[in-house]
Amino acid sequence: MDLSAIDPLVLAASLMIAATPIMLAGIGELISEKAGVLNLGVEGMMITGAITGFAIAVQTGNPYLGMIAAMAGGAALALIFAVLTQLLLANHVASGLALTLFGLGFSSLLGQPYVGVRPPRTFKLEIPVLSDIPVLGRVLFQHDLIVYISVIVVALVWYFLKYTRAGLILRAVGENHDAAHALGYGVVKVRFLAILFGGATAGLGGAYLSLVRVPQWTEGMTAGAGWIALALVVFASWRPWRVLLGAYLFGGIVVLQLNLQAAGVRVPVEYLAMSPYLITILVLVIISSDRARASLAAPGSLNRIFHASH
Amino acid sequence: MKHARLLTGALMALALAAPAAAQDDPVKVGFIYVGPVGDFGWTHEHDLARQAVEEEYGDAVETSFVESVPEGPDAERVMTQMALSGTDLIFATSFGYGPAVNNVAERFPDVAFEHATGYQQDHPNVSLYNARFYQGRAVIGHIAGHMTETSTIGYIASFPIPEVIRGINAAFIHAREVNPDVEFRIVWAYSWFDPAQEASAAEALIEQGADILMQHTDSTAPMSIAEDRGLYAFGQASNMIDFGPNAQLTAIIDNWAPYYIERVGEVMDGTWEAGNVWTGIGDGTVAFADFSDAIPEEVRESAAALRDRIAAGDYHPFTGPINRRDGSEWLAEGEVATDEALLAMDFYVEGITSELPE
Repeated sequence: MDLSAIDPLVLAASLMIAATPIMLAGIGELISEKAGVLNLGVEGMMITGAITGFAIAVQTGNPYLGMIAAMAGGAALALIFAVLTQLLLANHVASGLALTLFGLGFSSLLGQPYVGVRPPRTFKLEIPVLSDIPVLGRVLFQHDLIVYISVIVVALVWYFLKYTRAGLILRAVGENHDAAHALGYGVVKVRFLAILFGGATAGLGGAYLSLVRVPQWTEGMTAGAGWIALALVVFASWRPWRVLLGAYLFGGIVVLQLNLQAAGVRVPVEYLAMSPYLITILVLVIISSDRARASLAAPGSLNRIFHASH
Repeated sequence: MKHARLLTGALMALALAAPAAAQDDPVKVGFIYVGPVGDFGWTHEHDLARQAVEEEYGDAVETSFVESVPEGPDAERVMTQMALSGTDLIFATSFGYGPAVNNVAERFPDVAFEHATGYQQDHPNVSLYNARFYQGRAVIGHIAGHMTETSTIGYIASFPIPEVIRGINAAFIHAREVNPDVEFRIVWAYSWFDPAQEASAAEALIEQGADILMQHTDSTAPMSIAEDRGLYAFGQASNMIDFGPNAQLTAIIDNWAPYYIERVGEVMDGTWEAGNVWTGIGDGTVAFADFSDAIPEEVRESAAALRDRIAAGDYHPFTGPINRRDGSEWLAEGEVATDEALLAMDFYVEGITSELPE
């Protein structure tokens, strides 16, 4: 066993990389849930984004066009969910699960011609002055563009929810859709947009895996990241910055597990693999333990079907 | 009227043809793969061998394959389906298919089963075949020992089974032989094919000082990472030069085609019998990609010499003295490991620092 071989700074840098896909998917799901929609299709939207992004990047030779296509792909799948749940009033949970199953199958079909193909590479964005800072520079400022975008998205979502009128409307729709409707806000419209946003960021998270992280296309390559993203939103008790924190924590567990193994420590891999879910259950218990913590809890109208009957 | 005559004609033709049908029908050969045929590793090579069978026998053979079949009940379903649809010979190409192969073989005694890298042979229609990959790993270990500058070699392993442990030991012994400072860092991915996990594992290893990567998982992700970082790696199962034009030092290539062609031929002649073969470099089953120019001339020569001595049977990669990790003696001076001992290997050899997971 040689723990000194694990450099905490390098660990921090690779933790940021490992956290990026779940952070992107998680922040999108947060917006969706803040608007009162529980979308269990995150895994499906991620993997659809992974293949559409990969395919377009290969076809055009431009990875950034691929990223945009991935967002469109994820949003397109989310659109199906939005139509089902908002216009046809289908059950959120069942539709979301169906979306995941459909996304996994559909992406394998789309991906057939792309197995074993090398995508065009993205470039590491070394922010000029900052990346030269001795310690922090290496940890924080020598990553792929998407890593920074994911943090910026979290910041924007935080600002949007806290300081903008539109953010307030979105939260109103999520907390009490009947009241929001009575005030004249378009509940269905707001939820449509929230679902589409969730699909786009999930798709981008998937493309980060297939275009940057691996980079390769394989069936089922998200390997459960979407479910971790869902757990992440609950863990974060629907607060944007906690999504960031949770993503680093969950991503950190994966990275740390591999690093400990490489350092020769015998790691109980199975327990670490289930730890994100265990931590989430723990958070749920804490949230529901007393009324004073009600502010941590889920949006009031989450997972309730809205039908404007009057 | 005309129809009726046609019908009788057809019936007569059928009656006449029936006894001959067994010979005229193409022999149906089914393959089940654990990964996608485009993994550019393990499964890819099995599929190339399948194509070689088709090329060899043309219309006399009809092959089919099912890819990405998980080890377990799904494999049993797929093989049952193949057997029911008249397949004569089934190649099950992953270690974990063992129980499923034997279950299906019991129910279909007329179908011939060939199980790669397995050990379970409960029925007379189950044949085992394997390749001595550890011979190849001895050669890449030799190269890695010479090439590493940090004396740290990263190894991405799949599952702690004898096949994989043997590979680690063979590579380690021969790396240590040429460089006594060599250390192995080993990460278990608990998967044969999970590109994201393999990529993360590769990075963890590099962060801990490994400058050469070896893998016993099937994706090209570690090779891509090595290429990105300007380090070296060895291709697994297939030539991965496209994924690491600068990184790949060489690759162990599994060449199953000669065996597949031979066995399909035997099913055609009706001479197929269950066997248990374990072939290596000398038989051509274990081959190498071109040694990279990055390897110094004399190392290329010594590696080639090692390869040729193993091929000729002059040298066995597991020749004593070799101790187990705990220091107890495994092979005495000059003693050569038996195949039984190799097939059951469940320990690291002395010098490997990390513990073997259970």
